[in-house]
Amino acid sequence: MSLMDWVVSPFLDYGFMRRALAGACALSFGAAPLGVFLVLRRMSLMGDAMSHAILPGVAAGFLLSGLSLTAMLLGGIITGLAVALLAGLVSRLTPLREDASFAAFYLISLGLGVLLVSLRGSNMDLLHVLFGTVLGLDDDALLLVTVCATITLLSLGALYRLLVAECLDPGFLRAAGGNGSLVHMAFLMLVVFNLVSGFQVLGTLMVVGIMMLPAASARFWTRTAAGQIPLAAVLGAAASLVGLLVSYHYSLPASPAIILSAGVVYLFSVACGPQGGLLDISRRARGAAH
Amino acid sequence: MAVREHMGGGAARLAAWLCALSLVVCAPLARAADEQPAGPLRVVASFSILGDMVRQIGGGDVKVDTLVGPDGDAHEYEPTPADARALTAAQVLVVNGLNFETWMNRLVKTANFKGTTVVASEGVQPRDFDDDDVGGRVSADANHASGHATHVDPHAWQNLANGVLYARNIGAALAKADPSHADAYRLRTDAYVAKIQALDQRVKQAFAALPPERRRVVTSHDAFGYFGQAYGVTFISTMGISTDAEPSAADVARIIDQVKVEKVPAVFLENVSNPRLGQRIAHDTGAKLGGTLYSDALAKPGLPAATYLGMFEWNLSAFMAALKP
Repeated sequence: MSLMDWVVSPFLDYGFMRRALAGACALSFGAAPLGVFLVLRRMSLMGDAMSHAILPGVAAGFLLSGLSLTAMLLGGIITGLAVALLAGLVSRLTPLREDASFAAFYLISLGLGVLLVSLRGSNMDLLHVLFGTVLGLDDDALLLVTVCATITLLSLGALYRLLVAECLDPGFLRAAGGNGSLVHMAFLMLVVFNLVSGFQVLGTLMVVGIMMLPAASARFWTRTAAGQIPLAAVLGAAASLVGLLVSYHYSLPASPAIILSAGVVYLFSVACGPQGGLLDISRRARGAAH
Repeated sequence: MAVREHMGGGAARLAAWLCALSLVVCAPLARAADEQPAGPLRVVASFSILGDMVRQIGGGDVKVDTLVGPDGDAHEYEPTPADARALTAAQVLVVNGLNFETWMNRLVKTANFKGTTVVASEGVQPRDFDDDDVGGRVSADANHASGHATHVDPHAWQNLANGVLYARNIGAALAKADPSHADAYRLRTDAYVAKIQALDQRVKQAFAALPPERRRVVTSHDAFGYFGQAYGVTFISTMGISTDAEPSAADVARIIDQVKVEKVPAVFLENVSNPRLGQRIAHDTGAKLGGTLYSDALAKPGLPAATYLGMFEWNLSAFMAALKP
């Protein structure tokens, strides 16, 4: 089997592989750029926290109208935004810092979600029923992730300058005109939107992993946000391709394979990245010693 | 050391509080356990199918509490305090056995259950999960490790002949626990067994009438091993034994190939797992998408599949609708 066959034939032969690749790439293009901003703002763990926070909304949507993408999407967005807003409010009004108030609200939300699911009496494992698999994408699901990626990219384009300014100096916008919290909210909304749509389509691990790992890797290769954003998206897409192929050829579960591929990229970047990678640092240290 | 001494007083006070608190909480529980409730025999069944069997056999002489209700996944269940309370008050506990209810031992200990435990599957010829009749390695090592403790397939009730054993085991246990109604239990057991056997004949005939190449089905979770063995149907599962295993791209590709090559007529979905993967496979292969099958849990009361026999009737008509040439 030539390399070409190895890479191309699974996608030629199977519709579900093409769909998986398209879905994972769409997710990479939407979520990975958001991850870059999360890394810049030192909010890397927020994606993970938010993914738990949206559970009650998704559960409520599921309980009200079954496996309907729209209902679960709406529910997830409402709770995700409520948690983000409340956490932001508490951290602004009280001395509690944002990470702590986030943790508090996401735990409350998670508890509420588990409660809601149990209330119905039915005890199927919510995670396996609600959260899809990358190998089972249908038209609706694919449409949802691509729309989400499109909206994310357009909004990031419109808000780019403000976002970068706020990342570098959160006080700047507030001092300049007071749009800071608005931009912050819009940004959180995008994160929630990506998480919720990604969840139902691809599963928890996939969406948080694709959001954070390529972003963290990109940081080792280029210094500017303008460079990191496209690089993160491409790295995410590449990890998806490799992960799917590994899953296909070595019979491994798909989403862990994709995330581990992104993980390998990250570890390589930590070691060899020219912007603060370990090799780079040791070389510079040697240079300084000479 | 200094720190610990400093904290000693506080810790002792805390411990005293906890003791007092636990006494307050436990006292009513202990009282409840001591009282022998008059009236119907109180039975707890681990999941909906056993609950229905107990109800059929016990009739008005028993009060049944079912822990994992309709549409619930008994593979993974988190017992609630209400479950423990029901179990504490019960005289008989009915479980499937064959390592199905992995969470039950803990619950029995917590609830301090002192009654009789009936293993409904006693006497069943256990069947191991094997790789021959499933889509491939989907159901191999990884899934076994995460789902069940051993390789024994617990879904024995999917063969009606085993259902007869279940009914007899439950009937005998009820008669023993409540001798004053023993005759009534025996009568109802015999009537119920007769119904199960009649349905068993009908299912056998229905499948025997199908051409062999039509007796192939894809399902989303490997719960129909006993069914396949008893009625001569080959099941290809997309998810493996437990409901929580994620398939690999290779597995899905293999199933798609198999469905195409062997011209498997239909893909079925189950009431306890995510339907998307099954839908995808049906779409990619052109196989028919059969209705929802009930495997590990009954439907809600009022629906046709809300009883054990109703579930079998439902599954049978779903199979026939999709498999008849």
